[in-house]
Amino acid sequence: MAYSEKVIDHYQNPRNIGTLDKSLDNVGTGLVGAPECGDVMRLQIQVNNETGVIEDAKFKTFGCGSAIASSSLATEWLKGKTINDALSIDNMDIVEELALPPVKIHCSVLAEDAIKAAINDYRTKKGLEPIIDGKKHY
Amino acid sequence: MLKLPIYLDNNATTPMDPRVLEAMLPYFTEYFGNAASRNHPFGWKAEEAVDYAREQIAKLIGATEKEIIFTSGATESNNLALKGVFEMYREKGNHIITVNIEHKAIIDTCRHLEKQGAEVTYLEPQPDGRVSVEQVEAAIKPNTILISVMYANNEIGCINPIREIGEMAHRHGVLMHTDATQSIGKIPVNVLTDHIDLASFSAHKMYGPKGIGALYVRRKNPRVKVTSQLDGGGHERGMRSGTLNVTGIVGFGKACELAMNEMAEESIRLAKLRDKLETELLTLEESYVNGSTAHRLPHVSNISFKYVEGEGLMMGVKDIAVSSGSACTSASLEPSYVLKNLGLDDELAHSSLRFGLGRFTNEEQIDFAIDHVKTAVEKLRDMSPLWEMFKEGIDLKSIEWAEH
Repeated sequence: MAYSEKVIDHYQNPRNIGTLDKSLDNVGTGLVGAPECGDVMRLQIQVNNETGVIEDAKFKTFGCGSAIASSSLATEWLKGKTINDALSIDNMDIVEELALPPVKIHCSVLAEDAIKAAINDYRTKKGLEPIIDGKKHY
Repeated sequence: MLKLPIYLDNNATTPMDPRVLEAMLPYFTEYFGNAASRNHPFGWKAEEAVDYAREQIAKLIGATEKEIIFTSGATESNNLALKGVFEMYREKGNHIITVNIEHKAIIDTCRHLEKQGAEVTYLEPQPDGRVSVEQVEAAIKPNTILISVMYANNEIGCINPIREIGEMAHRHGVLMHTDATQSIGKIPVNVLTDHIDLASFSAHKMYGPKGIGALYVRRKNPRVKVTSQLDGGGHERGMRSGTLNVTGIVGFGKACELAMNEMAEESIRLAKLRDKLETELLTLEESYVNGSTAHRLPHVSNISFKYVEGEGLMMGVKDIAVSSGSACTSASLEPSYVLKNLGLDDELAHSSLRFGLGRFTNEEQIDFAIDHVKTAVEKLRDMSPLWEMFKEGIDLKSIEWAEH
């Protein structure tokens, strides 16, 4: 299967690989997927408690090139966005940007889930209700 | 200068040996006759070439020329063997014994026969991928007509005790078929001493052309017959109709002759290179060989690199051509059924690479592959959350994963 140039670029030069201290009260962590499915993503955001702006984002992914690229792209998009703006990132935006083929759409879905899971983790730490996503992926 | 990518997928197919091509060339244009044309020299010349190739092929496996039935390849041979035996011996019984890590051409043919009234036992191999003669014998019933066990597995290269199984089958009066596609031309296979009644194999796995294969069908002790699956001119002693693929057959014959002459030396050379590759790659933490190492084809190694995903790894090793046990591209996300049926965790099955060395693999290429794979595994582990958890001592099984 041929990968798009953008997927290859993210795979070869992944942005924002790393780990944030998940015990900090302004760090939200989302861990989604399962090893037996061949995809696990961990996405973390570091939020400015005053402004609600995501100041840093890191990821680590176990998965195919498209999964790595989707999460790498997600961290790029998250940085500088407010938490509320980040919620509007849709998996289809990722599909479009990376030109993912139909069999790889689940990678973008996983990235969107990881974003939401990280935001919810942050909200829970702040004593806020987690956001229930109307969109059911699985 | 090393030419990239390096081909290390010789279990999928092999490049044709130039000597094979040379043998074939005149039969495309100069000697183009139909081997079944009995009335003129064009036909005679083609028939002579086919007869000669039949001898070369028979000789490699200890058979006689008349026992070689040409087909389009091993898939057709497997279909002909199983369906042909089932139809021919149905009155005697309907039970077939096979193994659940056989090639799809066996498994799916058995599934098809089950719909036609066959009863099929799919044995589970031992963790090393092999079945024992005791396991097979225990599955025999009064209505058993056929045992079909692959000589060597295509994904992990493990070799079954075919000689013992064949001998046992004959003691019980049950026919013995083996899918020998990966082993003939690579290791010594002898249908007489191995007590084989039917054997499937093809040319393109042994440096011959694609589109030509054979089914060995024993003619003596016992005399075996299979019902033809293609109706037509009654070629191949009525077992497989269709104009013979003369060029392919000539190439197949030459490939067998070369294998016969060079197998012993070649297998030693390849085992050495394979062992070097394997030893080096196993220096990576958490890497494991899949399947038997004691009974294995000399040119095959299947290794799982835990905590990296196979398809991602394939992308990282783009300068070598190998196969992955991960089938993430398919909608099912199912990893290799062969590795799963060996009892491997899905996780390990997803992280596997199959290396298949061949006649044209050299040491420089292996050295390159070692570095290339090591670099890719290390890079992917640096970005793997599972590797990080493993390093922190977290038991991955203790985590509630969100299945998707």
